[in-house]
Amino acid sequence: MRFELMYESFFKIIEGIPLTLQVVSISTVLGLALAIIVALMRISGKKSMSIPAYYFVYLIRGTPLLLQLYFVYYGLGQFSFIRESILWPILKEPYWCGIITLTISTGAYSSEIIRGGILSVSKNFIEASGALGLNKIKTFLLITLPITVRQALPAYGNELILMVKASSLISIITLMEITGIARTIISKTYAPVEIFLVAGSIYLIINFIIVLAVGLAERKLGTVKAN
Amino acid sequence: MFEVFSFGSSGWGDEMLMGALMTVLVSASSLLLGILIGIIFAACKLSNIFILKIVANTYTTIIRGIPELLVIYLLFFGGSGAVMYIAKIFGYDGYIELNAFTIGTIAVGAISGAYSTEVIRGAVNSVHKGQFEAGKTLGLNGYGLYGRVIFPQVARIALPGIGNVWQITLKDTALISVTGLVEIMRQSRIAAGSTHEPFIFYTAAIILYLVITRLSNILFDKAENTYSKGFVSKEAL
Repeated sequence: MRFELMYESFFKIIEGIPLTLQVVSISTVLGLALAIIVALMRISGKKSMSIPAYYFVYLIRGTPLLLQLYFVYYGLGQFSFIRESILWPILKEPYWCGIITLTISTGAYSSEIIRGGILSVSKNFIEASGALGLNKIKTFLLITLPITVRQALPAYGNELILMVKASSLISIITLMEITGIARTIISKTYAPVEIFLVAGSIYLIINFIIVLAVGLAERKLGTVKAN
Repeated sequence: MFEVFSFGSSGWGDEMLMGALMTVLVSASSLLLGILIGIIFAACKLSNIFILKIVANTYTTIIRGIPELLVIYLLFFGGSGAVMYIAKIFGYDGYIELNAFTIGTIAVGAISGAYSTEVIRGAVNSVHKGQFEAGKTLGLNGYGLYGRVIFPQVARIALPGIGNVWQITLKDTALISVTGLVEIMRQSRIAAGSTHEPFIFYTAAIILYLVITRLSNILFDKAENTYSKGFVSKEAL
């Protein structure tokens, strides 16, 4: 073990934390909005809505994230109409390609979590709220949504951890976040075990904080008896 | 447009299919290694020995909390060194280099092993205590009890979970393309680079992954039906 090297590389690797957190938080927020839209499409009962949503989720969950990243970063840039479009300033940046890919990915995975949460809301609650004279929108906002949030929270916590892990892939398209810096140091110093321990601990700490925060939120929101 | 996928030396069709075969091979060997690791660590988690429980919990926590890419870098850059270190203890001093397939299998197997551990532990826990007691009453122990009575029940319950682990494993093998193993991901990168047609090759790669996923879903459904013979589904009750 080269402890001095571990100490030095620690200060280099933590410089990547802001980028990791930035990419994760932007794509989590955008992805959550996408997930709600996809989940509502899936349970809308209209075939013209639910079928595209089903295939979107199937496509994203059935292919590796790395492939999706290459597709967005290298694949789309092949066409001149994309290179000449107004989107090109965004699509040529690895930073935005990473955010777009992670957003789409977490959107697909979270939509399943949200769908499960909405479907777990008992019909009795909906009927009771109808009997109390609440309209559809009020029922959704005041009854369905709070219960869904509570039900989906544990699974969504897992999704957040998967997002932190997934964000390491953007290092492959040249972004210098935690894994990217770690990889550079490994190939310079050839000390894979030491750097792995340092970078791995940073990820474990980030994920541990997420676990604590989600646990706290769960306790704050209390338990819901589904039936 | 499609002439780039012709077979033989002029097109990339046969290379892409070989890449798909390599993806299936490395996924299958990783899954098997993962199940083996899963059985060992599930046994550790279920044992009453404190230190074994700690070791198994540390392993699953680390793997589930650290990016797969870091684990792959660790084994890719450190794997040969570790093997040479162990060989030195046994008196072998030469240079050993692990090939990309072995490193990939070990890395993805270690990742999928953490998920298999949880699946197998859950399955063993859901076998009724009475089954162990009845087996012992009949005078069975060791292989007779675990191999003939418990394992078939665990396998039936664990099968859907192992199906999920297979999907995760299949997608994780895309990451070992960074170590140079020529599977779907690497092959489509090479082809995209030399033809300047990244869009069409990455689309082909997406289709190959979806086909493999679909086919393996069918296989797992068949296996589930075979293992569930003699059981009435809950909906039918």
